[in-house]
Amino acid sequence: MENAAAQMESSVRAPDLRPRVPAGKDGAPAAAGQIAEAGEVAIEVTGVNLHYGSSHALKNITIKIPNHQVTAFIGPSGCGKSTLLRCFNRMNDLIDGVRIDGKILMHGQDIYSPSTDVTELRRRVGMVFQKPNPFPKSIFENVAFGPRILGESDPARLEETVEKSLKAAALWEEVKDRLNENALGLSGGQHQRLCIARAIAVEPEVVLMDEPCSALDPVATARIEELIEDLKERYTIVIVTHNMQQAARVSDWTAFFYLGELVEMNATRVLFTNPSNSKTEDYITGRFG
Amino acid sequence: MRKLWRSGDPFIWLTGGALALSLLMVFLLVGLIVASGLGIFWPKDIHRFQLADGREIVGELIEQEEIPDPDAPPGTPAKHRIKVKQANRDLYGMDFLWIDEADIKAQEIAAGAVQIERREWGNFIGFAKEFRDGETVLQGAENALEGARKRLPEIHELHGRISGIEKDEIGALSRQEEEARLRLKGLERRGVKEGPEVEALHDQIEKLHGEYARYQEELSDLRAQMTGSLVLSAAGGMEKEVPLSQIVRVFQPNEMGLFGRIWFYATKVREFFFDDPREANTEGGIFPAIFGTIVMVLLMSVLVTPLGVLAAFYLREYAKQGAFTSAVRIAVNNLAGVPSIVFGVFGVGFLIYFVGGTIDKIFFADALPTPTFGTGGILWASITLALLTVPVVIVATEEGLAQIPTGMREGALALGATKFETTWRVVLPAVLPSMLTGMILAIARAAGEVAPLMITGVVKLAPSLPIDGQWPFLHLERKFMHLGFHIYDVGFQSPNVDAARPMVYVTTLLLLIIVVALNLLAISLRNRLRKKFKLSAV
Repeated sequence: MENAAAQMESSVRAPDLRPRVPAGKDGAPAAAGQIAEAGEVAIEVTGVNLHYGSSHALKNITIKIPNHQVTAFIGPSGCGKSTLLRCFNRMNDLIDGVRIDGKILMHGQDIYSPSTDVTELRRRVGMVFQKPNPFPKSIFENVAFGPRILGESDPARLEETVEKSLKAAALWEEVKDRLNENALGLSGGQHQRLCIARAIAVEPEVVLMDEPCSALDPVATARIEELIEDLKERYTIVIVTHNMQQAARVSDWTAFFYLGELVEMNATRVLFTNPSNSKTEDYITGRFG
Repeated sequence: MRKLWRSGDPFIWLTGGALALSLLMVFLLVGLIVASGLGIFWPKDIHRFQLADGREIVGELIEQEEIPDPDAPPGTPAKHRIKVKQANRDLYGMDFLWIDEADIKAQEIAAGAVQIERREWGNFIGFAKEFRDGETVLQGAENALEGARKRLPEIHELHGRISGIEKDEIGALSRQEEEARLRLKGLERRGVKEGPEVEALHDQIEKLHGEYARYQEELSDLRAQMTGSLVLSAAGGMEKEVPLSQIVRVFQPNEMGLFGRIWFYATKVREFFFDDPREANTEGGIFPAIFGTIVMVLLMSVLVTPLGVLAAFYLREYAKQGAFTSAVRIAVNNLAGVPSIVFGVFGVGFLIYFVGGTIDKIFFADALPTPTFGTGGILWASITLALLTVPVVIVATEEGLAQIPTGMREGALALGATKFETTWRVVLPAVLPSMLTGMILAIARAAGEVAPLMITGVVKLAPSLPIDGQWPFLHLERKFMHLGFHIYDVGFQSPNVDAARPMVYVTTLLLLIIVVALNLLAISLRNRLRKKFKLSAV
């Protein structure tokens, strides 16, 4: 309990603590601010404030999400990490009484500008939810839902997309013989991989994961984590997690939030071994949260 | 004592007892209806009773009951009386007779007794004497019956042809004439009083009259062919000649074997289901009532389901949840508790007089003052019942919508689906079972409703069905017959209550069966959908 590193050692998979970030000029891992200079920012958040009615949920957040890497958001419950995640595909729009100001750029485009097509944005930003939410349809129709929404109706191409997505989500082998069965008959871990397949079937640029493993058992969790490893080759992944070992295992970058503020963001290895803020240290060593 | 209460056993007894009581009452209800309803078509033996005063009664034994005598000292054996169906209303004045058992000197099965179902005047019970058909006269019971049985099929065929001509050909003629008359009237209204158009219509009407006369001739010709009659003697020495054209069937229950009786029973059941009623609905079948009920319920479902489902969708998916929405919701729930006759009054006042009257003024002005839509009809009855049941559908659908997890909607939205696409492709299929539940409840309520129908379009005897071969096939303005009203009418408005009572039970049984069948159909449909779209993930 006294040491986060010790906790990590005891977990399912040994953490890879090698730096995964592009090396800085002096050979040290690049800090958050340096990524922008490397020109590899997927999402750039500047001075974002978000209010739910009278509560101030996000306070002046400025953060850069690196492209084609895994960024983890950690922090205690209610710290605003999920809220920020849901800003990236404007899911907060669905909630009454949300006010947001500041700027969020995705590959240079302001996603909150009035000219932004929200459905187009959501196609570019896939999302996997905390609780697996497959549709009460067949496995095939679940994955084909996104492409169909986009107007794809050619059966051959749909089949191809479904197969590719299920393979990418490491589910193909388990379900290829029963694509027409109801998706609700699968297990919890399979549900979540199906939801991942569904999200990547529309070829998004960014995949947001909101505590994707919190409802799963350790074995299913390990599979999803492996999957995240594979997916980052092609997608920028932002993952919200309560589980610090998980953040340490799967992410390249970690951002720590506390009470609606971004406390610290750094390369995962640096953040977990040498946090620069005492609150971060307290949290990752388990003194609170 | 306290320990006993805490153990929970008394509570289990209480709950179990309540359930048992409810079940008992349901079984009693169904049992009474089934027992009283199923037996009525079974041919009963005809008895002959010799009374002490010398009278002779021949008839079916219907029931036996104790004569209440409060003054009798305790221990006296109870006295009984029996109810006998002696039939022959035209001879005796009444079909049923109570006889004190003490007055009966002798009782036996009346050998050779014949029962005749007539088209009018109820049944006849007596003994065949002779058969007459023009020159042919067959004497003796055996010969007479033999002759009648040979001749009857021909008579029935003629009868069928006559009613066919009356219903179809002459019906079509009068419709055409009515149409021509209305067009004539319409022309007159527009100031056209003569000219080729008017001439043509007059000619057409003339021609139709000619055809009508021809059919009348054919009919009287056919009627003249229905010769033959059966002479019978009834108990009490009276004699009666019954023309064969008046006879539905002749049978001798005393001579029937088991299979004969079963066959007779089956024929009667078939007649009950598929024939038109006779004799103020107390005899014959109830096909028009079955048909009317089913058409009305289907029409109502077609109207109520989309209306209720759409309203529920707006209320749950689009309306801003607040005080006003809550008020609407409470109002909808309260609407479900409004007495049905109130809806009937609304149906009459608004739908029939206002909407129907307006339709008549605009589209059927020529027919006025005879109303077309401005009077009760199956459309107005269906709409009234749809209004009555719409809260049920709204509530059921709304509950279904509330059960759909937010995650499912968010999943679709996060894939770039619009709100409409999410509703249409994800929410709607998932909520189908709830919609069907609402429909089931609506049907169950509507099929048993009578009060609002009585004033919005149900009649004792409808001349034609709401759906037939005449264009436009579905006649929304027609009045119709309904099982629930039929029960009320036959049971309590009939001049001959005793004769009608079996019909009440058997019609009730049928109504019960139809409601159960409609429910079972809808439930099985819902369960199949539920399996397909079951919501509980994991």
